[in-house]
Amino acid sequence: MTSAHTVRNRPAPAKPTGRPPRRRRALTLRQQESRAGLALLSPTLIIVLVVVVLPVVWTIVLAFQRLRLATLQREGIFGRFTLQNFAKVLGSADMWSSLGTTLVYTIGGTVLSLALGLVAALALRKPFRGRAFLRSAMLLPYVSPVVAATFVWEIMLSPQFGVVNAWGKSIFGWDKPVAFLSQETSTLSLFGWHVHLPLALLVVIAFEGWRYFPFTFLFLIARLQAVPKELEEAALVDGATPTQRFRHILLPQLYPVLALLSVLRFILTFNKFDDVYLLTGGGAGTDVLSVRVYDFLTAQFDVGGAAAQALVLAVVLVVFLVVYLKFFAPEDRA
Amino acid sequence: MNRMTFETRLFGVLRWVTIVFLAIATLFPFYYMVLLSVRSQDSLLQHPGDILPKLSDFTVTTYTTVLKSVAAGGDGLLELLGNSALVAVGTVIVTLALSLPGAYAASRLRFAGRRQVHFLFLAVYLFPSILLAIPLFVIFSKAGLRDSLVGLLVVYVAQALPVSIYMLRNYLSTIPESIEEAAAIDGNGRLGTLWRVTLPLAAPSIVATGLYVFMIAWNEFLFALLFLVEDRSKWTVSLGLSQLAGGLEVPKTVLMAGSVVLTIPIVILFFAAERLLAEGLTSGAEKG
Repeated sequence: MTSAHTVRNRPAPAKPTGRPPRRRRALTLRQQESRAGLALLSPTLIIVLVVVVLPVVWTIVLAFQRLRLATLQREGIFGRFTLQNFAKVLGSADMWSSLGTTLVYTIGGTVLSLALGLVAALALRKPFRGRAFLRSAMLLPYVSPVVAATFVWEIMLSPQFGVVNAWGKSIFGWDKPVAFLSQETSTLSLFGWHVHLPLALLVVIAFEGWRYFPFTFLFLIARLQAVPKELEEAALVDGATPTQRFRHILLPQLYPVLALLSVLRFILTFNKFDDVYLLTGGGAGTDVLSVRVYDFLTAQFDVGGAAAQALVLAVVLVVFLVVYLKFFAPEDRA
Repeated sequence: MNRMTFETRLFGVLRWVTIVFLAIATLFPFYYMVLLSVRSQDSLLQHPGDILPKLSDFTVTTYTTVLKSVAAGGDGLLELLGNSALVAVGTVIVTLALSLPGAYAASRLRFAGRRQVHFLFLAVYLFPSILLAIPLFVIFSKAGLRDSLVGLLVVYVAQALPVSIYMLRNYLSTIPESIEEAAAIDGNGRLGTLWRVTLPLAAPSIVATGLYVFMIAWNEFLFALLFLVEDRSKWTVSLGLSQLAGGLEVPKTVLMAGSVVLTIPIVILFFAAERLLAEGLTSGAEKG
């Protein structure tokens, strides 16, 4: 079991050969090591088992039962099984439009946070006065509590007393205030074209990009600073312009991190609840799936429905990940 | 002008445009938060477009209102600060106590399943928290943990453990094993080595990880909302503030004062150890 793993080129802690014979049937150092490893990791495994794995399994069971919050406490784990929840969840048109919203939100948020993070990393790569300060300040959206961040956005965008609408009126001459967070569509007229924009959804995506670009920025700038200087200098000597250097020198170096970050952000955004819930409450065309699950649970007390809905959410995510890993993942993924 | 000089100049300008844009985009909302928190509601309603502080409008009654206990006619955020601090510090201690040995094992010891440790991540982060919330709600209700801070702490620990192990393991694997072997030759057992040699060397990473975990626990909202909403005395600041916003007649300036109160501990901690956090989170990422 263990000998198959000796891939690391590190010296073994001690060689059992050439030693005087040990006491009776003592464990080899290797066995001791193996046991110690599992023992040290076991508290973590137990917590994750109890707080994550067990609930997931139970959710699967719940999804096949008709249960309300009130009856759940009395009935055991094994009630009568039924497919009703799934019929209800999958048969509702809202669910499919909600899935579409979730995907737009997830892809938009992921792309925006990666793009902003990349631009920020490129801009802050070379030193300038105040860079250290800006670097720290830029992490503020990421580290500040979500409740505080959403409140500031709400107030900034408020139609009555928000600074955005006040400026929009006085500087850009908007004739009436825009309700950014409660207006489902906004019509933009451009050269005679009328474009319908899902306004609230776009604002929520912008919030996601704003809040999480510091995260991608951190990883990207760390990677950028590890790119050997000689590579770029050589390209410069060869007469490569900034865009060419970015395209052919930096970008290939960044691919693995970009791929990893996009998967990570995709998963986390797909499951995101609090940002959308706090900004719009899931209204105005921003009813992402996780907020729907919450509504099932707290407004309708329908545990079975909520579980089925949550399960659909997880399955869709897994399908996306499998497709991604199969077709788009870089060869040497970690 | 050839392409080289054109691009070099263009990006020279764009770089500064970007820097200014980023500075405004990240700092302005927080500046606005502080600004509004020391204004009166009337002044906000009359001049919503003002973004410069005016001495004549300056007030701190927003802060006294939001911090004073409910009995004294305030919003009682001060008491809730204690709850948040308790849960967050508790989460940090428990998470570090569990993840340090785990990370050490994952980086140093060979055992079956060592390479599968990253499945922990998948297990914890693949499923939406809302999915875990349903059964946990029931389990904790039965165990009598639901409306207690302990229950919340257990959930936070589970949420923070994988990332904590990941950060610590990455750092530990940069510490040369020869140092530990030297300590072992000097007669230290495995625990002695861990305690006297590895832990002191890993101190920066431990601080960074602790900070990150604190942030997770302090900022968390969903589980606090689901578990504690019925019992006001157990609310965390995040929950208290969000419940406050539900009240119609609460002035927005008071909400902003509450947001400042909620944000300040994080900002202080974070600026004290920003460099550590950035490095702790991304160490190992350089290799892709």
